Amino acid sequence: MAKKLPKVDVVVIGVGWGGGIIASELTKQGLHVVGLERGKERKTEDYYMVHDELRYALRYELMQDLSKETITFRSNEKIRALPMRQYGSFLLGDNLGGAGVHWNGHTFRFLPYDFQIRTKTLERYGKNKIPADMTIQDWGITYDELEPYYDKFEKTCGISGEENPLGGKRSDKYPTPPMKMSPQLVMFRDVTKKMNLHPYALPSANLSEPYTNPDGISRAACQYCGFCERFGCEYGAKADPVVTVIPVALKTGKFELRTHSNVRRILHSGSKATGVLYIDTTTGEEIEQPADIVMLTSYVFNNVRLLLMSKLGKPYDAASGTGVIGKNYAYQVLKGNATGFFENKEFNIFAGAGALAMCLDDYNGDNFDHTDLKFIHGANISISNFGLRPIQNNPVPKGKPGWGKDFKAASLKYYNRTLSVGAQGACMPFRHHYLDLDPTYKDSFGDPLIRLTFDFEDQDRELARFQVSRCEEIMKEMGADTVVANKELGPYDIVPYQSTHNTGGVIMGADPATSAVNHYLQMWDAENVFVVGASAFPHNSGYNPTGTVGALAYRAAEGVIKYSKQGGMLV
Amino acid sequence: MPDQAEQNDQQPVSRRNFLKNTGYALGGLIVGGVVGSLVRTNPQAPAPVPAPGAAPAAQDYNQALMYFTQEQFKIVDAATERIFPKDENGPGASELGAAFFIDHQLAGEWGFNAREYMQPPFYKGEKVQGYQGRLRRREIFDIGLREIQNYSMSKYQKKFEELAPEEQDAVLTAFEKDEVNLTTISPSGFFNLLRSSTLEGVYADPLYGGNKNMAGWKMKNFPGNQMSYANIIDKEFQKIPPVSLREHLTH
Repeated sequence: MAKKLPKVDVVVIGVGWGGGIIASELTKQGLHVVGLERGKERKTEDYYMVHDELRYALRYELMQDLSKETITFRSNEKIRALPMRQYGSFLLGDNLGGAGVHWNGHTFRFLPYDFQIRTKTLERYGKNKIPADMTIQDWGITYDELEPYYDKFEKTCGISGEENPLGGKRSDKYPTPPMKMSPQLVMFRDVTKKMNLHPYALPSANLSEPYTNPDGISRAACQYCGFCERFGCEYGAKADPVVTVIPVALKTGKFELRTHSNVRRILHSGSKATGVLYIDTTTGEEIEQPADIVMLTSYVFNNVRLLLMSKLGKPYDAASGTGVIGKNYAYQVLKGNATGFFENKEFNIFAGAGALAMCLDDYNGDNFDHTDLKFIHGANISISNFGLRPIQNNPVPKGKPGWGKDFKAASLKYYNRTLSVGAQGACMPFRHHYLDLDPTYKDSFGDPLIRLTFDFEDQDRELARFQVSRCEEIMKEMGADTVVANKELGPYDIVPYQSTHNTGGVIMGADPATSAVNHYLQMWDAENVFVVGASAFPHNSGYNPTGTVGALAYRAAEGVIKYSKQGGMLV
Repeated sequence: MPDQAEQNDQQPVSRRNFLKNTGYALGGLIVGGVVGSLVRTNPQAPAPVPAPGAAPAAQDYNQALMYFTQEQFKIVDAATERIFPKDENGPGASELGAAFFIDHQLAGEWGFNAREYMQPPFYKGEKVQGYQGRLRRREIFDIGLREIQNYSMSKYQKKFEELAPEEQDAVLTAFEKDEVNLTTISPSGFFNLLRSSTLEGVYADPLYGGNKNMAGWKMKNFPGNQMSYANIIDKEFQKIPPVSLREHLTH
């Protein structure tokens, strides 16, 4: 029998960006919030020895322990899904702050086009532009409606940037100026300007200067140390939930954070949740936490998995195309890079920051004409200056071997002489791309793993070919002696790392028949359950998702506060 | 390499600038108190690095075996050296201690695939579904090394470590190209594991037993563990002498 605790106003499942933002906003309004985080606590002091490529980048120090829980994957319904036994394509965050700790800090706004993608595609190109099994839909919210929440998230983080000449309208400029520009970024900017493109500094959550946010949190400036993605920041310069929103929530005295608390079920009766059932992983004890409002704020896969295991909402059925939970899984199309080898130029390739980059949106969204193209949407094209570390970066020109004397000489020579321009392609949803519960494989509690059914489509292959060609043009203009560009996307392969931008499964929209949550991320089928995260995206844009996750979390927080006063469906 | 004076000029950050850049001296509330403790008391002092080839330095007590047998170690030492050989750029994998690195890694959680999903049932999957075997890395090494030895003996009637370098390359190539017929493991899968762990042993922080004296980093002009590049990020390429994580504990 589970131990039953006294009821609280709000229980939050998973304390990363979503949970942290919700907790800070709700506790400021006086609500009593309990945060259940299955991992351990995290703090900046943990990163004293963080400049360790082996431990963090290759042994995945900050990532979820796959021996306890993973996902299963199949390319299509005809083959058996098998577990992702080792990390590859994407990295699942773990512990307090979640994936918000190991990110790079790219903080974009999606384009106005994204939120009305179906309407705008039909308007400009007609019905035949959308393949029969491509399930794009409008988001039930417009860019203009979401704009104030983007602004709020950017101010919480202190985003360093300059206006995107091709982006949506802004109510205010970025809170801090762009980061320092390295010579290779200046090259990219100058060359693309000459090509009549519109480069701008990538909006960065690595602070360009010391900054105090509206919550009174002060953070130090980025030191360009070159250890960002897959690492935590020892300066607190990279915005993450642990150094921004979580301390704000804790300071109110209204936020009770319980780590090592793994939620296994959302309890419900009728059309309302009554609380959650979780395990204290240090003792194995089963605990029931009743609550007026349940906030599901874990990563995409667990948002879907918990709803399906809890039998909350209608599971998606790909055969009939009905139901919603698990629908419209999407990813990112970004295997294609143009790599340039420079014979007589060396760069400080070892230095950098996660979000130090120049980019452009001339080929993103519907900023270019798709009439004669066999795809919709596009990609943000960028050159990054992350800081490349030596184990994982051994570039050699085509024709050189992968080991031995020639490999050694070439990889030493080109380590500091190689640049790359890449395209981060949008990913459209398709009827047969979805998440459901695996019939065979279990987690360490005996609960089913989530099963991913996904592959790249013609849309993705066409998009990749087009975008890689644009990257190639830019890299050639930048004066590389040799440019290598791989234009063939191939099948979706879970082995090579691509992107931790998994989206969909609990999507937002205006119609309960085709979406799981409304534009406050309130569940159509359970008015006191809000599901926050990239799980709400009906498709994924040609950008990193965190900016939009943050904006939607602030939007949801406003909805919850409204709901806590008036109850009922907000829409 | 630039001479010592030039290197000192290129120290990427002074204590004063470091404090200024981080905002640490501005009196703001810094979330997370690690910044102060990370500041080296004397950033100008070069790290104590023993001169390469200097007469017997202190013994390296790290160079003993945690997992491999002596025979396995000899094969790994020879094979990693062929993957990353000594040349005019500097030492090879053997001198850098890559085989000790791999031995030590196999003894721990990586060797046991401890943080990976190893639950049954096991099925042969599609290539895009990734590794689906039931063997753990230490078992794969046991089998792979035995097969390298078997292949060398049957083809050359000599142990792998006694072969000429070109013959060793031929053996490794046969594994890389799946020209060896094995039933339990994938020859190319094993070769790739050997190759990637060799690079780890060459370039991981020396604390793990490879990259001896940071010589791997020096060859690659990788500066290792530096607190800040704020003063050089917008400048042209700079050679910076490497620093390892040990520096954090020696101030």
